[in-house]
Amino acid sequence: MFTLGIDIGSASSDAVILEDGTHIVSKAVFPLGAGTAGPQQAYETVLGAAGLVPEDIGAAVATGYGRMNCPYAKEQLSELSCHAKGIHFLLPNVRTIIDIGGQDAKALRIGPQGQLMNFVMNDKCAAGTGRFLEVMARVLDLPIEELGPVSERSTHPVSISNTCTVFAESEVISQMSSHAAIEDIAAGIHRSVAKRVAGMALRIGKEPDVAMSGGVALNIGVVHAMEEELETPVQVHPYCQLAGAIGAAVVAWENLQKKG
Amino acid sequence: MSETVNATAPAAPAKPKRPKPKSMIMLGEQSAALMENARLAKERGEMVGWSTSIFPQEIAESLGLNILYPENFSAGIAARKQADPYLQMCEGPLEYNNDLCSYAKINLAYAEAMHEGGTMAMPDFLCVTNNICNQVTKWFENLSKTLNIPLFMIDTCYNYEDYVTESRVKYVRGQIEKYIKDLCEYTGKTWDEKRFQEVMEISAENKDLWIEANEMLAHKPSPMNGFDLFNYMSCMVCNRGKTSTTAILKQLISEINEHLKNGTSTYPVEEKYRVFWDGIACWPYLSHNLRTLKQYGINMVASGYVKAWALDYETNDLDGMAKAYSYCPANNNNMSTFIQRRAEALIQFQCDGMIYHVNRSCKVMDCQQIEAQRQIEAITGVPYTTFDGDQSDYRNYSEAQFETRIQGLVEVMKARKEAKENG
Repeated sequence: MFTLGIDIGSASSDAVILEDGTHIVSKAVFPLGAGTAGPQQAYETVLGAAGLVPEDIGAAVATGYGRMNCPYAKEQLSELSCHAKGIHFLLPNVRTIIDIGGQDAKALRIGPQGQLMNFVMNDKCAAGTGRFLEVMARVLDLPIEELGPVSERSTHPVSISNTCTVFAESEVISQMSSHAAIEDIAAGIHRSVAKRVAGMALRIGKEPDVAMSGGVALNIGVVHAMEEELETPVQVHPYCQLAGAIGAAVVAWENLQKKG
Repeated sequence: MSETVNATAPAAPAKPKRPKPKSMIMLGEQSAALMENARLAKERGEMVGWSTSIFPQEIAESLGLNILYPENFSAGIAARKQADPYLQMCEGPLEYNNDLCSYAKINLAYAEAMHEGGTMAMPDFLCVTNNICNQVTKWFENLSKTLNIPLFMIDTCYNYEDYVTESRVKYVRGQIEKYIKDLCEYTGKTWDEKRFQEVMEISAENKDLWIEANEMLAHKPSPMNGFDLFNYMSCMVCNRGKTSTTAILKQLISEINEHLKNGTSTYPVEEKYRVFWDGIACWPYLSHNLRTLKQYGINMVASGYVKAWALDYETNDLDGMAKAYSYCPANNNNMSTFIQRRAEALIQFQCDGMIYHVNRSCKVMDCQQIEAQRQIEAITGVPYTTFDGDQSDYRNYSEAQFETRIQGLVEVMKARKEAKENG
């Protein structure tokens, strides 16, 4: 039996098809989020890659910012529970998850079956989110995917003290005017994000193992900064960006099992 | 012959609206009368006052003065989604800062530039107590200066202890006594001790009835939608010393009793979860808040806000009155009092979760909330979520964020319930 999970975020649309709730048949990531063609493209791509048609899908669950506008998913679940289930699927020993999405950041505590036990989310502010990193990458004139590797070359990270994205942008520009090295500025940006988000994990208690999910987990600079802030290793699965969609597909499978 | 669908068939008749309960009709009449009576008083050349919401209303009521409440008026404007021109006026031509409390912003705009044709009669004097916050002092000082009218102030202290100290009781009592003298002198009214006693008795009865109505929501499932109390609150804010409030609350209680007897509720769907709401209502998005909660069967059965007007003291006890106005559930109490009150309510009302409104307008409360969240969850084990909003500035709220947080809270409440059931 195939189940489909789709995570329609503010910055990307990710879809996954699972077979029997145990293995990934196909996956798709599109850098277009809610309100764009991204969700439909992700849906069609993931079906095509698996060689399936919509009728082959036993159940579909949608998650993410655009979850309420997904005609083929009969159930919608918050990205909180889906990331919990998704990371549990990928890394079963994880109990604390830090998920940095396009427009929000959150820390989750999960139970042994991947159930969501507690969570803390950021306030209504872009600081400490993927959008913050996008703005900073633009100021540094770096592709977003290079921000992490560049920061790894830093020897003297600068201090970015402002938590406000707009003010932090000015601070970065000021550092650039002072001829600070790009890699040191990038490392400073990552520390700034890590400081802000690590506070949430400390607030709910960082029970090991700790993992990061979401697209920002692909940024090695943020992951290392997070490890420093939390003083604990942070696991990252190669499919971290798909965790929400995987979790949605897992829940779809679990629901089918319950219905018998 | 197969059935066909006639595309031009008339739509199904609209679902009839549930008739308003009598208590709600009475409440509407009372609110209209408050404004109309003040307007007529002005026409007769009588003085009208404006007051902060938890001010000792008993004194002006005893003197037969008409008092209006800007906080309530601002909330009404916000709830009707009419706040925008006031906010624009306040932050634009009037040059007030965006960071001000939005009740203040709406009212300052109304008072200074937009009251022509408005329903709230302009004041001849002002009454302020800083038990709810300190910004009201500056707000009312500005009104006093701009409108060139006197400001009567009762200064309450922050309660560092879990009680009001004797010296603070004496300090506030002294101010109440002076206020009585000063208000009589300014308005030319004669003090009548017997009428004062009567008003205190009415206020005490209303307080008891208000507590009774609130506590009836402890029944599981609740006979009432907790959001209804946000509406009924206006009779306690604006008409606490009046017999019309006694009549409304008695009617409300009889309606709730009827629901209890019949096993019905004003909460329109099955009550799956019960939550405590912390902070002032998010007036511009009240219907969105309710709709989202209803979608998951969440009933808001308790709130730290609505009971703030249950001021408890013995009739004729001015010390007790001073103490009650210094110790009401507002922003001048220490963290342990803040936590204790909420932890007790979570147990009494059998709450499964707690929702904190991080209200941009009420920064004092927001500051306390952060630590309170941690300690209350540790004491009670009740999960919580927070959302950003504002009591009356519609620009400080995101519907999608509210929905995600509520859905997340539901998932946590569900997981914890299941964990409990499975041992």
